[in-house]
Amino acid sequence: MGIFSRFKRGNFSRIIQKIFGKKHAKIGIYGPPNVGKTTLANRILREWTGDIMGSVSDIPHETRRAKWKTNIKIDNGGSSLVMDLVDTPGIATKIDFKEFMNTYGLNKEESRMRAKEATEGVIESIRWLEDIDGVVLVMDSTKDPFTQVNVTIIGNLEARDLPILIAANKIDADEASPATLKSAFPQHPVVPISALTGYNTEDLYTNMVKHFGKKRNKKRG
Amino acid sequence: MVKKDKGISFNLISRKKLNNFSSSEKLKYIMKEVRQGRILVLEHGLTPTEQTALIENTMKEIDHDTFIGIEMGGYGEEKTSFFQRVFGVIKKPRMTVIGPAHLLKMVHKDHDKIETTIIPGKGEN
Ligand SMILES: Nc1nc2c(ncn2[C@@H]2O[C@H](COP(=O)(O)OP(=O)(O)OP(=O)(O)O)[C@@H](O)[C@H]2O)c(=O)[nH]1
Ligand SMILES: [Mg+2]
Repeated sequence: MGIFSRFKRGNFSRIIQKIFGKKHAKIGIYGPPNVGKTTLANRILREWTGDIMGSVSDIPHETRRAKWKTNIKIDNGGSSLVMDLVDTPGIATKIDFKEFMNTYGLNKEESRMRAKEATEGVIESIRWLEDIDGVVLVMDSTKDPFTQVNVTIIGNLEARDLPILIAANKIDADEASPATLKSAFPQHPVVPISALTGYNTEDLYTNMVKHFGKKRNKKRG
Repeated sequence: MVKKDKGISFNLISRKKLNNFSSSEKLKYIMKEVRQGRILVLEHGLTPTEQTALIENTMKEIDHDTFIGIEMGGYGEEKTSFFQRVFGVIKKPRMTVIGPAHLLKMVHKDHDKIETTIIPGKGEN
């Protein structure tokens, strides 16, 4: 399976360490496919560095390799946060190439290729999880929040005492129900945003500085 | 036991059986059962690390024509209080349902209930 079969877990960690050095908080943008992770990453970069992270699409599994930018500084009044930001492929428990054909009109070959790359992307996201210092977990507030992917990501972070910030995205959509999201995971801060319009992203930045800026003793493993 | 070529089998796995497995044995067992088209309800579910390992294994197993992945629904570990931790109480993750995604579909899940449907007409191949 791609590059992964060649590296044991420990080696993968070491490679990531090499890329980043050890200086800043490494913040991962995580979540199921199509919730708006890359849209959010692009907005954060555009606002604070003028850069761009990656391509966005209404077809799930658009991001199939993790992408990152280092040394991003977010200012919030008196305090600030310097972080390395990772945009991860959407995590799923199933990937059906027929969905790309039937729902999104891709041809068979494109669909099979996208599905294959998507499975590798999920594995890459999971591997990155071990090297991350905090997560912005993006959820689609028009959807049921209690998906296995959300539960699994939260469980992994909680087991290591790492901070999670839930971005309840797509708040601009008519069917959005941020209250459902808030009651689903009461133990973590939930910030309703629209990555598309920029609505309430100030609030997200304030929370990022607050939650990811603290010094923490990391539990590894 | 339901005959293999008629209907979908739905197996309840006891805490006792699960406790006798190591993590990797448990994951192997689950994958084997799910690949054979069985739906499992585990009396106590998987730890967060086991969940990510299962997702990773699933991604490696997906092949377009016979296996599109799994559906899984469970509850996380109950939070332990400071005093429980001091006295070494470790709460286990609770009940979990796991099945092949072409047969099992999660309809809704909240704090109290996991609602699933079994996709009809798929159990006979
Ligand atoms: N209405 C609305 N749509 C949004 C918002 N954010 C993202 N979208 C749309 O949702 C779709 C998916 O956005 P992406 O940013 O590609 O989602 P992703 O989470 O990176 O998806 P993967 O890379 O496939 O995991 C696109 O069509 C976006 O335009 C939002 O705040 N509101
Ligand atoms: Mg993306």
